[in-house]
Amino acid sequence: MSLLIHKQGLLDTIQDTGRYGYQHLGINTGGAMDTIAMKISNALVGNSLEEPVLEMHFPAAEIVFEEAVLMALCGADFTAEINGEALPVLHPVMIQKGSVLKFKKNVTGARVYLAVSGGYISSEWLNSNSTNLTVKAGGFEGRPLQKNDRLLLTRNAFDTFLFKDASFIPLPWSPNFSGFYTNHTFQFIPGAEYHYLNSVSAKRFENNYFTILLQSNRMGYRLKGENLELQNHKEMISSAVTKGTIQLLPDGQLIILLADHQTTGGYPRIGHVISSHIASLAQMRAGEKIDFRQTTLPDAEEQLFKQQRDLQLLQNACTFRLQSYFKN
Amino acid sequence: MPNSASYHMYPCGDHAVTIELGNKVNAAINQKVISLFSYLKDQSIHGVKDIIPAYHTLTIVYDTALLRKKITTTTVYEWVCRQIQKAIENCKMAIAKTPALVRIPVCYDLSLAPDLKTLAAAHQIGIDEVIQWHTGKSYRVYMIGFLPGFAYMGSVHEKISTPRKASPRTLVPGGSVGIAGEQTGIYPFDSPGGWQLIGQTPIAIFNIHKTQPCLLQPGDEVTFYPISLTEFQKMKDHEPAHS
Repeated sequence: MSLLIHKQGLLDTIQDTGRYGYQHLGINTGGAMDTIAMKISNALVGNSLEEPVLEMHFPAAEIVFEEAVLMALCGADFTAEINGEALPVLHPVMIQKGSVLKFKKNVTGARVYLAVSGGYISSEWLNSNSTNLTVKAGGFEGRPLQKNDRLLLTRNAFDTFLFKDASFIPLPWSPNFSGFYTNHTFQFIPGAEYHYLNSVSAKRFENNYFTILLQSNRMGYRLKGENLELQNHKEMISSAVTKGTIQLLPDGQLIILLADHQTTGGYPRIGHVISSHIASLAQMRAGEKIDFRQTTLPDAEEQLFKQQRDLQLLQNACTFRLQSYFKN
Repeated sequence: MPNSASYHMYPCGDHAVTIELGNKVNAAINQKVISLFSYLKDQSIHGVKDIIPAYHTLTIVYDTALLRKKITTTTVYEWVCRQIQKAIENCKMAIAKTPALVRIPVCYDLSLAPDLKTLAAAHQIGIDEVIQWHTGKSYRVYMIGFLPGFAYMGSVHEKISTPRKASPRTLVPGGSVGIAGEQTGIYPFDSPGGWQLIGQTPIAIFNIHKTQPCLLQPGDEVTFYPISLTEFQKMKDHEPAHS
């Protein structure tokens, strides 16, 4: 009952919804960068939405399924293939024992999530299975997957599948997930230092495009645009920052903090990307351009509530489909 | 307890609120932060996921989507603010928990202290004096941040207060003790870093195998005592390795 890593990917780690309750000790939450794709991949295979999944970047690992499994890919499109045949994303797929999963090309998005029915066996640290690379704890030995690692699965193989000659069988449904993602425009609510931007910079912040730099990673996205300036220098004392916080660096450029961000920071907080847009942001790649549009806190709360409710509905529909399919 | 004029709250995104209890780095303000932190932690407010104390602020991270299912007449933010206001009214800020006193051995041998010589020279004092000033007082843990278990402690005597290095090192060994401005701190892990390194401790600052992985907590009082290189090596052999 395992997946064998045949060829190592760039950064493939076990992640869940994150490690909360320890930020006062400087331990960041980590967790999946795109929790929407993570949860949908789980829903597709009948798992709880919070089940730890495999998060992969491009180039992603080559994986041998050593048993027949029910799996789903969600998030980025890395042109997945099973034994050389194109594999649809966003479908639950039954995979024949011995099949090899490869990813050929990064078409869209930055991270793909692989969920298997029943989930992986991974280690928990401080109530989360997310991999913390600094501490080297949680997930798979606290590190990214490497060649020859065996990722064990919690449930027995789907031996009863009738594959005949096929190496995989996509189940005939796919959720409509477009409503969960936004385009390149990210809504924010103003941060504590937003009003310190001078008027030219405040306009630039909302009217200009910013390019995501190559130095972007799971800690945060570095942006490149016209310099922004504060109208008067404000003495900053470090305090807590959160996922989505947009900080202004001393060189006039912006950074947006993401899953592996430090728990505290001392740079001016220009704004905060709203929670329901974080998943979309996590699928943007270096070189792509984004812009910002201001919204209100009540609107941000409402959008997050709706997104979570829609996820729940999607999960219910997936569960119903899976149950009916396997009954017949 | 502070009166309403002595604090203010603002959103830290759509899933956190920050309470500012002062406007400077100061032990009395930080003590209020720590008292309120301990009090709120014990309250276990529904939907609260994290409470993060810093120098002069406390940030409460909450589950907006979960709370929004129950709270429909106001914003979740307003509801959380009200819970905190109630807590502040009931919290006896003046009654602080007795801080834990932690003694930490530091080896100031030059082989483990790459910036000690230049720091002493910059202040025109001897290396022994730097060590005396550093070990001569106790430091408050104002907050933990930057890395898991990295305690920001203060304040060091002005005789040894030194700005960060102009360009950070790409690798600071775990256990290194440094100075940045009026702060002193210990790197729990190997990490990039810009603090002036004046010594190294052989003891583990962070241990993943413990249920309480961090040696230091916000509000603790810390003193350093000097040890020889021989003692350092002996103690280090008995400690789990710094990651």
